[in-house]
Amino acid sequence: MTSRSRYLLGKIGIAIFGIFATLTLNFFLFRVLPGDAISSMARVPGGSVELKEALMRQFGLDKPLWGQYLDYLVQLAQGNLGVSYSSLRPVTDEVLRALGNTVPMTLLGILIAILVGVTSGIIAAWKHDTAIDNAISNIATVVYSAPTQWIAIMLVLAFASYLPVSGASDPFAFANDFWSILADRVKHMILPSLTLALATFGQYTLVTRSAVLATLGEDYVSAAKAQGYPVSRILAYQALPNALVPIVTLIALSAGTVIGGSVVVETAFSWPGIGRAMYDAIVQRDYPMLQGALLVVTIVVILVNLLADLVNMKFDPRIVE
Amino acid sequence: MKFKAAITILGLFFLAALSGPLFGIDPGPIDVQHIFAAPSAQNWLGSDDAGRDVLIQLVIGALPSLVMGLSAAAVAILIGGTVGILAGYSRGWLDLVLLRIMDYFIVVPALPFAMVITAIWGPGLGHMIVVIGILLWSTTARVVRAQVKSGRERLYVQRARALGASHLHILTRHILPQVLPLIGTTGSLAVALAILTQAALEFFGLAGTGVLSWGTMIRFAFQRDAMLNDAWWMVVPPGLCICLVITACYWLAQSLEQRFNPRLHTTDLRIRSFALRAPATEKP
Repeated sequence: MTSRSRYLLGKIGIAIFGIFATLTLNFFLFRVLPGDAISSMARVPGGSVELKEALMRQFGLDKPLWGQYLDYLVQLAQGNLGVSYSSLRPVTDEVLRALGNTVPMTLLGILIAILVGVTSGIIAAWKHDTAIDNAISNIATVVYSAPTQWIAIMLVLAFASYLPVSGASDPFAFANDFWSILADRVKHMILPSLTLALATFGQYTLVTRSAVLATLGEDYVSAAKAQGYPVSRILAYQALPNALVPIVTLIALSAGTVIGGSVVVETAFSWPGIGRAMYDAIVQRDYPMLQGALLVVTIVVILVNLLADLVNMKFDPRIVE
Repeated sequence: MKFKAAITILGLFFLAALSGPLFGIDPGPIDVQHIFAAPSAQNWLGSDDAGRDVLIQLVIGALPSLVMGLSAAAVAILIGGTVGILAGYSRGWLDLVLLRIMDYFIVVPALPFAMVITAIWGPGLGHMIVVIGILLWSTTARVVRAQVKSGRERLYVQRARALGASHLHILTRHILPQVLPLIGTTGSLAVALAILTQAALEFFGLAGTGVLSWGTMIRFAFQRDAMLNDAWWMVVPPGLCICLVITACYWLAQSLEQRFNPRLHTTDLRIRSFALRAPATEKP
C-alpha cells in the first residue's frame, strides 16, 4: 500500500469513527431525558396500563437499551430520522429543506469572510510590524471578539431601512419570474451573510498572517527577492502556496464555529434554515427534530474536515508521509 | 503594551462587577415614566422597556458574565490538562485513543451541542458552566499533550528517570512546570470562548429565569423590540462590554505566549498547527 492510500484510508477511517461516535452520542443524549412520550400519549380518556404497554411495544420501547440502539441504527440507515412533534412531518424532509436554506446563506458569508480574511492577512504579513499590520490585526481581533448576535443587531440598527431584516423571501411579492425571485432572495441574504462574515473573518486574517509570515522567512522567498521579482509575484507564487495547508486546515476546523454562528444568525434574522429549526425545536420541545438537526449538522462538519484533508493532500503531497 | 492594556481592562471590569453586590446596587422598580428613555444626565445609558437604568443593569450583569466565563474555562482546563498530560505522558494506545477523542471534540460544532445538552438538561447557570466546560477542553488538551510529549523526551527528564524517579515525581517536578505557562495562554482563550458561548446560549433563552447578565441583556433588547423603538442604548453597551473583555483575553493570551513560549503559535487561533511546529526535541 502506498503512503498516499494509507493516508487516505486513515482520514476516511477517522471520519467514519467521528460519524459513528456522533450517532451513538446522539442516541444516548436523548435517552437521558426525564419523562417519556408514552406516558403523555397514554393519558387519554379510558387510558389503561394495557394501552401504555401496547404503545411501548409499538414504539419498541419495551426492548432493552441496546435493542433500541440497534433499531435506531437500522432506521437511520434507511434515512428515517423520525417524525417531528410540532409539524408531524418526517424529520428527514424538514431537515433537508432547512439545510437547503442554510447552505447558500452560509456559503456566501464564509466566502466573504475568506476573501476579506486571507487578503487582509496577506497584507498584514507583508507589512508586518508596521502601523498597517497593527491596524489589521487589532481590527480583526476586536471584530472577532464581538458576539455574533450583537453584530446582527448592530447591522439591523444600521441597515433596517435599506434591506430586509427578517425571513428568506418577501411573502407579499407579486412578481414570480425567476429573476425577481432570485433578486428577492439575494436581498434577504445580504445581512445574514454579512453578519456571518464579520463574525468569522478575524480568525482567517490572523491565521493567514502568521502562516504567510512563516513562509516569508524561507530561503526561496529571499532568493526571489534577490532576483528582483515584484512583491505581488512573490506573494502569489512563493509565499501563499506554501502557507495554504494551515489556512485550509483552519478554514475546515472553523466549520464547527461557522455552523454555530449560522444558528445564531438564523435566529436573529428568522432565516428558515437548520439553525432556526434547532432554535424552534428547543422552544417547542420537538426532540426528534432537534436530534435530527444536530446529527445532520455534525455530520456535515465532519465531512467538511475530511474534504480539507483531501484538499491538503493535493496542495502538499508531502503531508502523506 | 498589550499585556498592560489587557490587565487594565480586565481589572476594571472585575472591580465594576464586584461593586454590584458590594454596594447592593439594584435596578429598582418598573418606572413607566421612563420606558425606552434616551440617555440623559440622570440615566447615562438611558433606560430599558421597563424604565430601568441600563448602566446599573450593565454593572450587575458583569458578575455572572465574568464568573461564568472563568468557571467554565476552569472546568475546560481541568479536563483538558488532565487528558493532555495523560495522553502525552502515556504514549502508545492510550495516547492514540485520547487523541482521537480530542480530535472529535475539536471538530464537533460546540454551540449546537451546547444548545441541545442545555435544552435537555434544563436551563441554568450551573448547567451552562459544565456543558461549556466539557465542550471546550479539547484545545487545551491538544496543546498540553504536545508540550508533555516533547517535555518527557528532554534530557533532564530522562536523566531523572534513569536515576529512578517515580512517574509522580517526574510529572509534578518536571512536566507540570513546563505545562503551567501554557495554561495561562490557553486559559485566557478558553475564558474568551466560554463568555461568547454563554452569551449565545443566553441569546437562545437557555440561561434560565432571573439571570441578569450581558448575554441576557442582548436577548431582552432583541426580544422586546428595542430596535423598533430605536433604543440602541439597550443593546450597544452589553455587546461592547463582551467585545472588550474578550479582546482583552486575546491580548492577554498573545502577550503571555510571547513571553513564555514564542515558538508555539496557539493564539493566532490556529488549533492544529502546533503539531506541525512543536519544538524539536533536544539532541543528547
